[in-house]
Amino acid sequence: MLGQVILSGILIGFVYSLVAVGLTLIWGVMDIINFAHGEFLMISMYTAFWMYALLKWDPLVTLPLASFLIFAISFLTYKMIIKKVLDAPGLTALLATFGLSLFIRNLAQFLWTPNYRFITESIVTDKKMAFGTLIIGMPQMVAALGSVLMTGLIYYFVKKTRMGMAIQATALDRDTAKLMGIDTEKVYAVTFGISGICVGVAGVLLSTFFPVYPEAGALYSLLAFVIVAFGGFGNIQGALLGGIIVGLAESLGGFFLGTQFKYAVVFLLYLLVLQFRPKGLFGW
Amino acid sequence: MKRIRGNILALILTIIFILPFIYPNNNFRHILILFLIFAGLGESWNIITGFAGQTSFGHAAFFGIGAYTSTILFYKFHLSPWLGMIFGAILASIISAVVSYPCFKLKGHYFAIATLAIAEIIKQIFVSWDYVEGATGISIPIVEEGIINFQFHSSKIPYFLIAYVFFVAVVFAAKFIEKNRMGYYLKAIRDSHEAAEALGINTTLYKLYAMMVSAAFTAMLGTLYAQYILYIDPFMVFPLEISMKIVLLTVLGGIGSIYGPIIGAAVLIPLSEYTRILLGGTGKGIDLIIFGALIVIIACYEPNGIIGLLKQKSRKGETVIEKAKALS
Repeated sequence: MLGQVILSGILIGFVYSLVAVGLTLIWGVMDIINFAHGEFLMISMYTAFWMYALLKWDPLVTLPLASFLIFAISFLTYKMIIKKVLDAPGLTALLATFGLSLFIRNLAQFLWTPNYRFITESIVTDKKMAFGTLIIGMPQMVAALGSVLMTGLIYYFVKKTRMGMAIQATALDRDTAKLMGIDTEKVYAVTFGISGICVGVAGVLLSTFFPVYPEAGALYSLLAFVIVAFGGFGNIQGALLGGIIVGLAESLGGFFLGTQFKYAVVFLLYLLVLQFRPKGLFGW
Repeated sequence: MKRIRGNILALILTIIFILPFIYPNNNFRHILILFLIFAGLGESWNIITGFAGQTSFGHAAFFGIGAYTSTILFYKFHLSPWLGMIFGAILASIISAVVSYPCFKLKGHYFAIATLAIAEIIKQIFVSWDYVEGATGISIPIVEEGIINFQFHSSKIPYFLIAYVFFVAVVFAAKFIEKNRMGYYLKAIRDSHEAAEALGINTTLYKLYAMMVSAAFTAMLGTLYAQYILYIDPFMVFPLEISMKIVLLTVLGGIGSIYGPIIGAAVLIPLSEYTRILLGGTGKGIDLIIFGALIVIIACYEPNGIIGLLKQKSRKGETVIEKAKALS
């Protein structure tokens, strides 16, 4: 039983990691808290749902479309909103993203009602895998694998490609990066777009085993904030490890203390770890 | 210049005071009371975040503790909410000191996320705590109206007057702190933590003072809110939305200024309440769509807060006058 709990914690942890990687990129590069991150995730979940409900597309088929859509939305968000508040003092950027999250969440509620919706017949639904005594639901397994793959891709992109290096340079020192001929404006827009792809993928994967509703993103953005700070702002490895730890803490906390305390355990763990690592696990 | 500034504050406070009497409408009075409560919350939050630069995303915790302390003491022990308010303020102060002391070594966003985590933990505790009725919440028993019972059923004016007194008290407390040694210390900490420490300021101690004062006022306003609504549950007084509303209205008005929360609350509270009255009720959230969009627009076009706009205007005005003087 305990093995089962640990395994499911790790699996959902990978999905949390992917959501957090998107957030940590923006945070690291632009020093902006994107409160609308969870709402982008929610749009992706709805995309999967509507393609399924209207066109009978399987969520896994929708995946590329949804990630492109969220990429576009994020990119536009940067161009239309974030760009204007980037150099504003203090918490103004936060004000803008919070307003955006209110707007998107309530627009979704207006258009699609607050009802829970489920994708009941995807390829992965109701399938299970058995490893000895451990049983894993296929949707969770696919979500975890997809998330790991995506996180790996993002990591590769940031560390190895030219654009990725430009992103790193901009994160370290924007003005110097600019002097070196890096188009920081483009870097910002691309970073926002990539962050959108992360939640685009995560949202579709989650929609195969989580209900789709307007508030669905709120929980993930809260957890993602904690994971990002846990791992250290702007640190992809930190977000990956933080996601797994939070997934584990949540499922073990739920198992030992009751499900109502699972998030309290996560937050408490965060506070404890920060006593020893004030800038997160990988922060410097 | 200083005298003019003082007069502006007096003028604003006087206008607020006479408003409910020149326009005796219940909806309007309700919005005024909420305005006073939230402007007061913004002023309290300003002390720790605007002055000391320690971003708190968890002020709902102290608001809720204030609301719950007085309510529980009244509900279980029939203690006057006024006494409950004092106990709530003391309790919130102590809790804020205990939880934020270890967090003060965290910088910037790490501190902000920590306060958010603390508020969520406290909310979770209240949701599953049977003694305080958990998620069901508590309806405050209706008793005879009067100042001692802190309940008024026939008119909103007494609530308005109490809220007004508290609001003015918080404004003057914030002003007092700002103009005294503590205010300068806090601003020094905000602007450069290292420099402040090098000058011999005990940064942790002053941040702790600021947090405790801020939490105490927030808790008192929590009691006031509970006595006004006469019903509380954890999702009403502890949610992230309350913390964020306080942050939003202060940032919107102008962070770190006495006028900021007043301007911010004067814009946001009527906006959210009137859109809710006009468009809410359909259960479709049109009010919040508009509200969200407006916040984005204001943030994009007035990144310094509304007070930034006013300051800019007055500075331009001054230069025109100076130019005129120079020419003549």
